[in-house]
Amino acid sequence: MSAIIGSKKIDFSEEQGMLLDVAREFVKDKSPGSEVRKLLESEAGFSEPVWQELVDLGWTGINLPESVGGSGLGIAALIPVVESMGKGLMGTPLVSTVLAAELIRRAGGIAEEDVLEDISGGCAATVAYLDGSDWGGANTGVSVDENGVLSGSKFMVPDAAQATWIAVVGSNAEGDSVIALVAGSDVAAQAKASHALIDLTKRATTIDFTGVKAQRVLSGDKVASAIRDYLLIGALLTAAEAVGSTSACLAGIVDYLKTRKQFGKLIGSFQALKHPTVDIYVGMEHSRSLVYHASSEIDDGPLSAEAEVACRMAKAKASDTIQYAGDRSVQFHGGFGFTWECDSSLFIRRAAWSQQQFGDAMHHRKRLAPLLLDS
Amino acid sequence: MSATDTSLQNFQADIDKWMLENVPKKPGFLLPLTFLEVGTEQQLDFLREWQHKLWSAGFLGMHWPTEYGGQGADPAYQGIVDKALGAHNAPIIFNTIGLNWTGPLLLDVGTEEDRKRYIKNILTGDEIWCQGFSEPDHGSDLGNVQTRAVRDGEEFIVNGSKIWTTLGNYADHMILLARTDTSTARKYDGLSFFLAPMKVAGVEARPIRKVTGEYGFNETFFTDARIPESCLLGDEGGGWRMAMKTLEYERGVIAGQASAHSMQSIGLEDLMDAMHDFERDGAPILEDAMIRDELVKLAIEAKANSISDRRAGIPALNTDYPFGIALSNKYRHTEYARRLKMMGAHVQGAQGALFMDDDKAYMGGFWQRAYFANFGTTIGGGTTQIQANIIGEHVLGLPKS
Repeated sequence: MSAIIGSKKIDFSEEQGMLLDVAREFVKDKSPGSEVRKLLESEAGFSEPVWQELVDLGWTGINLPESVGGSGLGIAALIPVVESMGKGLMGTPLVSTVLAAELIRRAGGIAEEDVLEDISGGCAATVAYLDGSDWGGANTGVSVDENGVLSGSKFMVPDAAQATWIAVVGSNAEGDSVIALVAGSDVAAQAKASHALIDLTKRATTIDFTGVKAQRVLSGDKVASAIRDYLLIGALLTAAEAVGSTSACLAGIVDYLKTRKQFGKLIGSFQALKHPTVDIYVGMEHSRSLVYHASSEIDDGPLSAEAEVACRMAKAKASDTIQYAGDRSVQFHGGFGFTWECDSSLFIRRAAWSQQQFGDAMHHRKRLAPLLLDS
Repeated sequence: MSATDTSLQNFQADIDKWMLENVPKKPGFLLPLTFLEVGTEQQLDFLREWQHKLWSAGFLGMHWPTEYGGQGADPAYQGIVDKALGAHNAPIIFNTIGLNWTGPLLLDVGTEEDRKRYIKNILTGDEIWCQGFSEPDHGSDLGNVQTRAVRDGEEFIVNGSKIWTTLGNYADHMILLARTDTSTARKYDGLSFFLAPMKVAGVEARPIRKVTGEYGFNETFFTDARIPESCLLGDEGGGWRMAMKTLEYERGVIAGQASAHSMQSIGLEDLMDAMHDFERDGAPILEDAMIRDELVKLAIEAKANSISDRRAGIPALNTDYPFGIALSNKYRHTEYARRLKMMGAHVQGAQGALFMDDDKAYMGGFWQRAYFANFGTTIGGGTTQIQANIIGEHVLGLPKS
């Protein structure tokens, strides 16, 4: 009957509930506004001691099996953590690290145990995916020869500076997709060029891998589906983070509308400001529902069609919502909103960054169309 | 009766069988899509008979107490029936103001006498209810109700007028909000709530023609209408609280309604069906990139809406704004439905400009009529804009407009 709407599953486990509580407190404590501002100017973009605490909490291995030192709770358990970090605009390589672990785990499995152990033990990692600007492109331009030597560059590799492991997506001589596991320390400093990102809480680097020898190369039939799943889980985690940032952005707007007076009235009493704020709220709730729905549809195996629909919907909705929220936040704060010191600047920058990670709303709606309409 | 998985599954099978055998065939006239649109005696007789049949079979108000005509069952059973009514494309269960607002309200705050007197006839369809809240000059500003009810011994004399009285010309009773005191400091404190008889001298319901060209609601005039004081629900001067409670039932903020099937649900699947009948640029319309994107947007909204409704039942995922999803229910669903139905008219190309009376109109003008009729839901029961104020003020804590 409702073929288009499909699954309406939404689960929220006790573990997720506990993680949400802990993560919220953690982020509130470790990432107050002053700390966020301080880290904008720093080279690393995150605090090393806080990273250590987060590692001690086990968050780099939540999704990984116990056999490699993880908690075995799957991606779903990370959603409340990532959402909370989004809320506090916390600079952290956690998402990059977790995504690298997911890609490696899904492409290689048990053979990559030592790398996964590194990651669950707190070594940061990342995925070098983009060749250029196009999330929909093949992105296998880096070639990997039979000796595991790479040639070519990758664009906007997130959190690459601190990464112990870099999973480079490329192709072998036969033209098949492969994943080259490169040790961060094998990449020379001059091969890296940092970007000036629109979101100053984030870090990314273009890396020329030419001549670098991979520690290991993952190939075979699991690679293509692992890359596909990495892109979908990446979209979902970006959406979860965006939902958190949107809720903080909304709280900032509401706070201003409740305290700022013009023409002798609190500006929140004006419906021209109130009603769009309500739309931000409703969009945020919808995005959040879709994010937790998607997390309920993902397990350790290859993502189902239902999970793909869920991840794409979550990203499409969360991207458009955070864009709207950040945009209106600047506008509704008036002249102050236009300034650097107003936190609206952080939110609109987060929005612009978030929209472009793992494909924007249009990218995902385009891919939803055949999934929803042509079956 | 408590709901175990097995008993619910068995019930599902039973109800499907019953529906196949008992859902009436489409009559030779258009049925109303919602309870707001009952415009002819023919439609009324048909729907009353259908409601009675459903109740007689034990499938209406299943979770209401047996002593008032219900089945005393777990609410899950009624949920299954309501879903089956939708799935079998059954005619609406039309006595909505009785079934979904007045009934639960009386079970909640009514006296034993009220319940005995009214509830069974609500279920059987023998007595039809209407609502007298809005007034010609005060659509959304309910606190400003001006219809007067002046005490005269053991009676009240009512003067004034109400508008948008759905089913008013057929109704036996009205839930009436009237001003019994003009001297109170707060305008709300002068209001009282009555279970008022409609078929008495001095009450006249005049049908109003709607944007669809059909009828369904009325302007109701009170001219020295006398109603007994026993019709008061709650205290004299305590009407505002009752009205607010009624609105919570009306907006689906609290549960207890006898049947959710008060509107023929029109969903994305129906829109998809229409897709097979149209072309754009000489190709099937479903190949049109712009159309596809609009459909995907609607699908995202539909899915987000229904998953949000489920999420409302998970307290740990609603700590920031505990009642936000429930309080935005009407806002989210009725506006989505408006966009969906508008799209149903858009996809028709030139035919989208035909209306119900044209024999070339697609599906007899079904989508155009549905789109227009949907305004009943975005305006009635507190407009979308009032809903936005409610969400802004009560969920987000913004200052009053």
